[in-house]
Amino acid sequence: MTAVEEVPTSAAGNPIGFGRMVRKEDVRFVRGEGNYVDDVNLPGMLHGAILRSPFAHAKINSIDTSAALALPGVVAVVTGKDLEGLGLAWMPTLSYDTQAVLATDKVRFQGQEVAFVIAESRYIARDALELIDVDYDPLPVVADAKKALDPGAPIIRDDKEGKTDNIVYEKWEAGDEAVTDAAFAGADVVVTQEILYPRVHPSPMETCGSVAHMDPVTGKLILWTTTQAPHAHRTVYALVAGLPEHKIQVISPDVGGGFGNKVPIYPGYVLSIVGSIVAKRPVKWMEDRSENLMSTGFARDYHMTTSIASTKEGKILGVKVDVLADHGAFNGVAQPTNYPAGFFSIFSGSYDYPAAYCKVKAVYTNKAPGGVAYACSFRITEAVYAIERIVDCLAQELNMDPAELRLKNLLRPEQFPYKSPTGWEYDSGEYEKTMKVAMEMVGYDELRKEQAEKRAKGEYMGIGISFFTEGVGAGPRKHMDILGLGMADGCDLRVHPTGKAQVRLSVQTQGQGHETTFAQIVSHELGIPPEDIEVIHGDTDNTPFGLGTYGSRSTPVSGAAAALVARKVRDRARIVAAAALECAPDDLEWELGRWFVKGDPERGKTIQEIAMAAHGSLELPEGVEGHLDAQVVYNPPDLTYPYGCYICVVDVDPGTGQVKVRRFVAVDDCGTRINPMIVEGQVHGGLADGVGMALMELIAFDEDGNNLGGSFMDYLLPTSMECPDWELGETVTPSPHHPIGAKGVGESATVGSPAAVVNAVIDAIAPFGVRHADMPLTPANVWRAIQGNPIRTDMAVE
Amino acid sequence: MQVSVNINGVEHSRDIEPRTLLVHFIRDDLQMRGTHWGCDTSNCGACTVWVDGAPVKSCTMLAVQAEGAEVTTVEGLVKDGALDPIQEGFTECHGLQCGYCTPGMMMTGRWLVDQNPNITREEIREGISGNICRCTGYKNILDAIEYARDHANSEVSA
Repeated sequence: MTAVEEVPTSAAGNPIGFGRMVRKEDVRFVRGEGNYVDDVNLPGMLHGAILRSPFAHAKINSIDTSAALALPGVVAVVTGKDLEGLGLAWMPTLSYDTQAVLATDKVRFQGQEVAFVIAESRYIARDALELIDVDYDPLPVVADAKKALDPGAPIIRDDKEGKTDNIVYEKWEAGDEAVTDAAFAGADVVVTQEILYPRVHPSPMETCGSVAHMDPVTGKLILWTTTQAPHAHRTVYALVAGLPEHKIQVISPDVGGGFGNKVPIYPGYVLSIVGSIVAKRPVKWMEDRSENLMSTGFARDYHMTTSIASTKEGKILGVKVDVLADHGAFNGVAQPTNYPAGFFSIFSGSYDYPAAYCKVKAVYTNKAPGGVAYACSFRITEAVYAIERIVDCLAQELNMDPAELRLKNLLRPEQFPYKSPTGWEYDSGEYEKTMKVAMEMVGYDELRKEQAEKRAKGEYMGIGISFFTEGVGAGPRKHMDILGLGMADGCDLRVHPTGKAQVRLSVQTQGQGHETTFAQIVSHELGIPPEDIEVIHGDTDNTPFGLGTYGSRSTPVSGAAAALVARKVRDRARIVAAAALECAPDDLEWELGRWFVKGDPERGKTIQEIAMAAHGSLELPEGVEGHLDAQVVYNPPDLTYPYGCYICVVDVDPGTGQVKVRRFVAVDDCGTRINPMIVEGQVHGGLADGVGMALMELIAFDEDGNNLGGSFMDYLLPTSMECPDWELGETVTPSPHHPIGAKGVGESATVGSPAAVVNAVIDAIAPFGVRHADMPLTPANVWRAIQGNPIRTDMAVE
Repeated sequence: MQVSVNINGVEHSRDIEPRTLLVHFIRDDLQMRGTHWGCDTSNCGACTVWVDGAPVKSCTMLAVQAEGAEVTTVEGLVKDGALDPIQEGFTECHGLQCGYCTPGMMMTGRWLVDQNPNITREEIREGISGNICRCTGYKNILDAIEYARDHANSEVSA
C-alpha cells in the first residue's frame, strides 16, 4: 500500500489536485437531471424505427412499403433502394470494410437493417414496421466460424467483387515462429488447450440512438448521439455522406454507459440523418434492448488454440496461440489500422520468456458485426484470458501451485522497460510485489489449507489467480490511427479573469467521471480548486479534435494533454507574474497555486491574481500575449502498461454446478491515482463484468443464425446477487513517460477478471479431472464438465 | 382515452392511447425525463417508480393502470430543495457512474429502507437484485443504500 500524498483542500473541502472527492457530475444525475440522447426533444421532431431482418441470410426479392406509407402519421419509409439513389446504401466501417446501411441485395445477419420508417410518434413508427412486406428467399447460413472455412460454405460477402471465400484476413502474425518452435522442441512439457472466448455484448444500460437535425436553410447538421468518439464520428459522417465537416456538429450529451458499444457508427445514426434530410424535420432514433443486443457491436468470439512450453521445474519457455476470429457479417471492428487483431499480440503476458508467436485468421459469418468492444482494450481481454488460462493448465499438468508457477516466471523490476517477445515495450512494473499484496490480502496459504480440508469432506471450493498486463493509451500517431486519423488528442484551457477555468477535452465520458478527474488534473498543475474548473466535452463545436474515449485512453492520452496544457498556462503565468512583480521569470518559484520570488516567499502572486493581471492593463514583455489560455495536442510517445493481480474464491455445488463467488481480491497498479474513489469505482464495475462473462453472459446462435441472446431474459447480466463485496488493494508504479505518471484503469478489471473466475471454478472441480471448460460457466455447463461432457456455448439459458 | 395520475403531488391529466406505457407517459407525455428506460422486459429496473408507495417497473405497466394512483418518480425525492438521504448516499458513496440506472436504483433503495429501517446489507443485496447496473459492480450502491438507512433513521429519531 502506498500512502496517499497529503494535499491542501479548497474552501469547498475538495483536494486541490489529486485525492478523493465526490463527483461534480453527480449533482444532476441524482436529481434525475441528466441529459441523455432520448431526453433531447426538439420542436417538430419525428421518430424513426428500423425494420430488421428475421433471417440470418436471405435474398431480398422485393419490399412493399405502400401499406406502411398509408398509415396516418407516417411521414416516409426509406429502403435500401432509396439510399442507393443517394449513394448511401453502404457505409465504411472503422476497419476499411463496408457495411450496409439498409440491405439492398440480401440480408447477412438476423437483425440487419432493412427499412426505416419516419413517423409522428414512436408508436406509429413501430406500427408501420408491421405493415412493410418484404419478400425474402432464405439462403444457407454460416453461424459457426469453423464452418465459414468449409470449401462449400455459402459466400456471405458476394457484394465484394470477386469474393470467393469468407475470409476477412488470412493471416496476421506477431512474434517469431521459428524461435518459438525451437523453444517448444526443447521443452520438457508442452500443454495445448482449445480456448474459446465466446461472443458477449457490452450492453450499456442506455441503448444507442441519435437525434438528427439538418437545418434545411443553413445546411448545418446537429447530431445528438450516443458516441464515445464525437470527433471521429463527425469526420466519418463527412466522408460517408459528403456533408461538409465544418457544418456538422456532433453532440454526445450524457451517455448511459459505453464499454465500447458506442464506438462504431451504426446504420441507425446514418438513417436519422437521412430522415432529417428527407423530412426536413428533426428525427429521433432510439433502438430498443433487443436491437441493441442483436445488431450493435458485440465483443470477442475468439477461438484460441493455445500452447505453452516449459521446463519440468516450471520455467516457461514459450507460448503459441492460433486464433480463428469471428467478425460477423461485416468487419466492423474499431481498432488501430495496423492492428487487425487489436493488441492481441500482448498475449505473452506478465512473464519472462523469450519465445512467443501468434497467428490470427478472421472470417465472416452470418452474425452481427463488431468484435472490439466491452472494455477489451483492443482485444487484450482475449490475450489475457488465453495466457492466464494456459498458465493454469500448465500448473495442473506440473502439479504445481498456480501462484508458485506465476511467481517463478513474473517479470522482475530491473527488466523494465521490458521489450516483449512480440514487440511491446512495457514501461514499468513491480509485479511480484503486487502479487504478494494480493496473496496476503486474500490469505492465500490459509485458503489452500481450507480447500484441502473441504475436499476431504467432498466440498469443492476453488481459488483462481489472474495476473494481467495491459497496453493502453493508444497511441503514438506514427503507428496508430483509425481510418487514417492519428490517435492524438487535443486539450484547450482558458483561465478567466477571476481565476476560474474551463478545460475543453476531445474525449467523452460515459460514466468515468471526467468532469471531476480532469478538473483535478488541472487543479494539480495550477492550484485552482477543482470546483472552479469546468470540464467541457462531448460537443465537436466546442472542443478540440481527438479520437475519443475507449481502450482506456482518456487518462493516458487526454489526461496527459490536460496536464501539459495546464503547465503551458503555468509558464505563461510566470511571465505575467514576473511583469507584475517587476522581476525576471527565472527569479520566480512555483508552489501550488502561486508564483513567488525565490528567497522572498512573501512576494508573490496567486494564479487568480495573475489571471486578472493577464487580462488587465499590465504591460507585458515584447511578444507575450495577454490573457491566460493555451492549447496542446498530445501525441503519446508510447502506450502505458497498467497491471494487476486478481484472486477469486468460489464455492461450487457439484450436484447442481452452481458457482458462488465468495470473495474477490483485486490489486491494481495503474500508476498515479488522480481520484482513488473513481479508480476504485472503475475497478468494481470491471470485476462485475468479469463475473458476468465468466458465469452468465453469452450471445449464442442456433444453426439457422437465430440470435439466442436477444433480450435481458436471455442475455444474463450480473446482478447484486452474483457480485461479492469486492476487496481492493493497490500498488503504485508510475509510468515514466506520462506527465503525471498515470497509466489508465478503465478496462483493467474487465480485462483481468474473467480468467480469475474461470481459474477458480476449474480449480474447484479439478478433482473431477477437469482441466478446462469454456465460458460461460453456467450451472449446466459446470455440471456437464464435472460429468466429463463437453460444455455448450450455444445456449446460455437452459 | 383520458387518464389522470398524481405524480409527485401534482395531478396530471392527458388524453392518451390506451396502450401507452407508464414510462412513456411519464417521459414523453409529461416530459419528466429522470425516469429511464432500459430493457422492455422488466429485467433492468431503470424505469422503477413508486405507484401508491410500491416500486413498479413502469415499462411493463400501462399508464391507464395508474389512473387515480399516486406515483413518485426520482424528481419527487428532493424535498424543499434538499436532497433525500438516498441521493446523498449515492453521491457520498460513489454509487453511480453513468447515472442511467441511478433513478430506478434510488427508488428501489429508498423504498427498501422505508420498509425496514434496520435492513441488513444482505437484505439490501437481495432487494436490489431486480435493478441492473453495468458500471458500479454494486458494492458502492449497497454502501449508498446503507448510508440512506443510517441517515434516514437518524432524521426520524432526531
